Amino acid sequence: MTAPLRRTPLHALHVELGARLVPFAGYEMPVQYQGIIAEHTHARTKAVLFDVSHMGQASLPLEAGPALERLVVADLAGLQTGKIRYSVLTNAEGGIIDDLMIVHGGPCLWLIVNASRKEVDFAHIADHLPASQALAPQPDLALLALQGPAAADVLKRFAPAAKLMLFMTTETLRIGDVKCAVCRSGYTGEDGFEISVPADQAEALARMLLDEPEVMPAGLGARDTLRLEAGLCLYGHEIDETTTPIEAGLAWTIQRRRREEGGFLGDETILRQLVEGPARRRVGIRFEGRAAARTDAPIVDSAGRTIGTITSGSFSPTLQAAIAMGYVSTESSRPGTPVAALVRGKPVPGEVVPLPFVPHRYAKS
Amino acid sequence: MSVHFTREHEWISVDGIVGTIGITDYAQKQLGDVVFVELPEIGASVRQGEQAGVVESVKAASEVYAPASGIVTEVNEGLADSPGLVNEDAGGAGWFFKITIADPAELAALLDGKSYQDYLGTLE
Repeated sequence: MTAPLRRTPLHALHVELGARLVPFAGYEMPVQYQGIIAEHTHARTKAVLFDVSHMGQASLPLEAGPALERLVVADLAGLQTGKIRYSVLTNAEGGIIDDLMIVHGGPCLWLIVNASRKEVDFAHIADHLPASQALAPQPDLALLALQGPAAADVLKRFAPAAKLMLFMTTETLRIGDVKCAVCRSGYTGEDGFEISVPADQAEALARMLLDEPEVMPAGLGARDTLRLEAGLCLYGHEIDETTTPIEAGLAWTIQRRRREEGGFLGDETILRQLVEGPARRRVGIRFEGRAAARTDAPIVDSAGRTIGTITSGSFSPTLQAAIAMGYVSTESSRPGTPVAALVRGKPVPGEVVPLPFVPHRYAKS
Repeated sequence: MSVHFTREHEWISVDGIVGTIGITDYAQKQLGDVVFVELPEIGASVRQGEQAGVVESVKAASEVYAPASGIVTEVNEGLADSPGLVNEDAGGAGWFFKITIADPAELAALLDGKSYQDYLGTLE
């Protein structure tokens, strides 16, 4: 039995733009318009617009911060108005239920979670919050991501204040006639904005941005290759309920107070791994050729012993070589370590490299 | 010279006993940007309907089947550096490999151009 696919408020626009639509997390989503490489390259050189309205958005009263801290590794008491933190929801074993953005929007907290996990996340959070601090899912909001080195110049034409925002901050801005919650953030490694907008105004906003000469639409295919080059985790690949934030290289998401005090689900395991080091680590692997090692391909060392598993892999349009992320045993995780992935039964040689593969270019100052 | 097609979207252009093999324009469109092509070795023997190569797009790898049995005599070296040729000209410069056809009678099992177009019409 298959449930009918859901559509975002931009569905008609995707069809009009000639998108190839595929099922993704229960939604009919554009995987590409012109082509993955063209869209990827445009995001690295100019700007692209993604529809990410399938993602879950929810608000919480500010007073829910302490209760939410029981569920995430982030220091929310130290999160100032207008700031954003990337964090993870953990389970009692220290695994990751989801990764998410927590936005201090002034009067309330905003959560942005993965489409494939929103039901699980919202139920989990609701279970742990007092009834008076209930989570309010916002299914009537769309989410657009404008990403690329030209994103700030484009957005400032409609909302001059956008250019002054810093990475991982949020503001309520009027873009043209549309009042939006704007975050300077993204999932490509480039500068950019994620814009939360009422569903009935999303298409008008998207058309306005796409009319700018620097902007082309991009689909989930390019979103995946961009985030892979940027070394960013994808839920269900690099992170899931069996991987801890320490194994995943996300120790930086645990601010100092949370390291000292714990007080989140799975804190014992996670804080022990933080001190002792995990048995396996997420790494980047760059291959010599163009043949990509895909999800679940075994990783072997120079002696042919299996030392781990690929979690995501693709041809990198920027590096013109195959790249991947995966987990390897800690002793094989140092950059420079020669490894190979088994592709169609044959070892494809490569080496462990530092992440990200392509440097981030965020607006940090 | 005649061109024949498989339901797996390969083509074979036949000139005497030489068969030139590639994937169809429909196939390259379905794949999207081709980034890597794995070709058989020269001298290898391929069998009709069996895997002879792999074509990878950004998203996935797909098997390429031999439209006819034979011995590989030549491969398209240009695809190593420019796999995008498959997208630009699937039926021409983006060819994959050539074989000496072992049994021309096998070609009867393939589709002609019109039958292949009709077959594509049933796929949408």
